[in-house]
Amino acid sequence: MPLTEKDVRYVAELAHLDLTDEEIRKFQPQLDAILGYMQKLNQLDTTQVEPMAQVIAPGGVSLPLRPDRIHESLPQEVALANAPEAGAGHFKVPSVIERE
Amino acid sequence: MSLAAEVRTQYEVVIGLEVHVQLLTQSKIFCGCSTRFGDPANTHTCPVCLGLPGALPALNREAVTMAMKAALALNCGINPRSRFARKNYFYPDLPKGYQISQYDEPLAEDGWLEIELNGAPKQIGVTRVHLEEDAGKSLHEGFPDSDRASYIDLNRSGVPLIEIVTEPDLRSPEEAYEFLTRLKTMMLYLEVSDCNMEEGSLRCDANISVRRAGVSEFGTKTEVKNLNSFRFLQRALAYEAERQIKVLEGGGEITQETRLWDSREQRTHGMRSKEFAHDYRYFPEPDLLPLTITEEWKEEARRSMPELPAARKQRFMREYALTDYDADQLTHSKALASYYEEVVKQGPDPKLAANWILSELMHLLNDAKKDITESTVTPRNLAELLTLIAQGKTSGKMGKEILAEMFASSRRAEEVMAEKGLRQIDDVEMIAAAAREVIAANPRQVEQYRNGKTATFGWFVGQVMKATRGQANPQRVQEVLKKELA
Repeated sequence: MPLTEKDVRYVAELAHLDLTDEEIRKFQPQLDAILGYMQKLNQLDTTQVEPMAQVIAPGGVSLPLRPDRIHESLPQEVALANAPEAGAGHFKVPSVIERE
Repeated sequence: MSLAAEVRTQYEVVIGLEVHVQLLTQSKIFCGCSTRFGDPANTHTCPVCLGLPGALPALNREAVTMAMKAALALNCGINPRSRFARKNYFYPDLPKGYQISQYDEPLAEDGWLEIELNGAPKQIGVTRVHLEEDAGKSLHEGFPDSDRASYIDLNRSGVPLIEIVTEPDLRSPEEAYEFLTRLKTMMLYLEVSDCNMEEGSLRCDANISVRRAGVSEFGTKTEVKNLNSFRFLQRALAYEAERQIKVLEGGGEITQETRLWDSREQRTHGMRSKEFAHDYRYFPEPDLLPLTITEEWKEEARRSMPELPAARKQRFMREYALTDYDADQLTHSKALASYYEEVVKQGPDPKLAANWILSELMHLLNDAKKDITESTVTPRNLAELLTLIAQGKTSGKMGKEILAEMFASSRRAEEVMAEKGLRQIDDVEMIAAAAREVIAANPRQVEQYRNGKTATFGWFVGQVMKATRGQANPQRVQEVLKKELA
């Protein structure tokens, strides 16, 4: 099933991207081509292969764990150094309102 | 906004809860920053919890152990293999743009917690318990430019949480309240969380729907958020159930949506709903391998669990011959149960101790808005008072006065009793002297009594008590009077 312009709008919205109609028309065939290429992988018979999310085979290595010890944190001014806007020791962002 | 009772009874309310509990680890779940609450904003952060590029998470072993303890206490099965997943959404207090959570392979599944309402026990299914990281904190109010800016504190970003999801087994706001209360008690017993709702270490969302009685399919549900106190939970759910019934009675349909409880207006508001708002595009967290729980680790968690509320209650009934109600009240808080056992260890009668703690001491604590852990009366001192009462050195009535004074001044029972003259007069000679005085002063009543009007006896007892300013042992007074009036 080919990817539609509607799909592109949806994905753009999820990624918080403001795309113009022109861009959407441009990206639709590009995205469709990429996904179409991935379809090639589906042609492989993987019925004998256990699904995996990591390159380390299941059962090989277990997740490394950390003891519950406190390390030193960054000083506040360092933590805030990259903030486009900061104030009163906080990151400042355009006001977020969840209510209707 | 009141609904006729007969309309309400035609509907059944169905509720499921999602509870987030902050774990009491020292450090965060994926980095070594402190989890301490209340420090200056953005002083417990590092590249991992700030979501800086290239930083990698490393799982805190203690967070897993604590989560397992909670899951085992909720009778869940622990999955030998579970996995972390990314939950993707944008919000300013989520620096990475995703939350590391668990999705299709949670830590634990398929448990239950028993609640009791009006004496009837009921098992509430627990669908799953999974581990995740907390987000930072957004402050929308309280700053001079709050009308245009939100302030973000990332100290909380990465604090370990467990999410506990129940089956839709709860049938009323009262049951939901009871479940949350029991769950909180359990977590406090396990010492895996302080469950402080004001500080956000216990948070609860609810899914709620209504259906006509007898209908087997569920109605369309709404999700109610912002339930940051036990009282709000109950009120919000009662409000929402009534709202849904009204919509249906009016021929309308329920829209599946998220609603926020507004405690000021005492109502729920629909959040501006976008259809795709819930498309979190979960996928396995590539930076963390699957989590393997060995039998040994699970046993280690199990062994470190304390006696749980239900077991302690049964033991109290068995060992101390307490009623179901008293044992339940005492074991409701771990601190209270331990206080009780400390008192009993000193020797007083366990039933007497239960009565005094649950009535008199609790009364004083409630009036002073104090917790049992802040009691100025130590278990040893309360035990001493109870022993004085049992030995007849003071009476129950005077004991209450002594306890109030002990509570106010943190002093010992003997000391207060001596100073306030609240010692019970047990000396037969002293009581007899008072009795003789009363008899000599009231010849008419004596005559009546001797002529068979035995009801006067109580009046004599009262007079002797009065003459001794309430200090005489009433038992002795009766014995003495019987002799003197004969």
